[in-house]
Amino acid sequence: MRHTSRREFLLTAGGAAAGMALASMIAAETARATPAAMQEAIRKVVGSASVKKGRVKLELPPLVENGNTVPLAVSVESPMTAADHVRAIHVFNEKNPQPDIVSFRFGPRAGRASVATRIRLADTQTVVAICELSDGSFWSASAAVVVTLAACLEEA
Amino acid sequence: MASALINVPARARRGEVIEIKTLVSHAMETGYRRTQLGALIPRDIIRRFVCTYNGTEVFSAELHPAIAANPFIAFSTVATESGTLTFHWTGDNGFSVTESAPITVDT
Repeated sequence: MRHTSRREFLLTAGGAAAGMALASMIAAETARATPAAMQEAIRKVVGSASVKKGRVKLELPPLVENGNTVPLAVSVESPMTAADHVRAIHVFNEKNPQPDIVSFRFGPRAGRASVATRIRLADTQTVVAICELSDGSFWSASAAVVVTLAACLEEA
Repeated sequence: MASALINVPARARRGEVIEIKTLVSHAMETGYRRTQLGALIPRDIIRRFVCTYNGTEVFSAELHPAIAANPFIAFSTVATESGTLTFHWTGDNGFSVTESAPITVDT
């Protein structure tokens, strides 16, 4: 029987461990949205309409320690009447596994187009909010966030 | 058992815009996390939230895995009449929670 030396054993074990780590890194890498995927998701919502900058106020902390819960507040100045109201606000990101974060739907009964929630961010990135008004126009705002501890991809 | 926390003002004047805060306990498992053995944990999230005021929908939201665990949503509505506000969350694996809160509107 061939005797395995301690050095050989460590070499093979180390190689196997490195291989496994690499495989899991590749798996993690594939589950990523890109800025292009975000643009595509935005296109799916707005269709062929043009998106103008402004009117939307997106509040996110510029620096977050924990990407697992990031406070987000979006609001749009609108009289919220039957003739002129905000129909929806959609929020997108560019580096989470999926580009969509949330969609809020309003009617004139909402009174005020202002929402707050908590989101997950997998990396330092730009978050975009797009609002749809009752006249069919789209407006956007974006916010850059620096994340030190990422969400979503850690082991359970 | 899932449970929800709701904050609605008990009284309001007619036409006043009131703020409503909701929180429901749910892990919001993204479906992208792995166990230490590398097995993918299946997705289990709340997909939809609806608020109705005496039967009329006033606000709704579609949630994705990027919403943090125990989804918190704060929004507004106009106090039009006395009655009940009903909150309904639905999601993966047949998740469904309904909660309601009464409101008295002074004229």
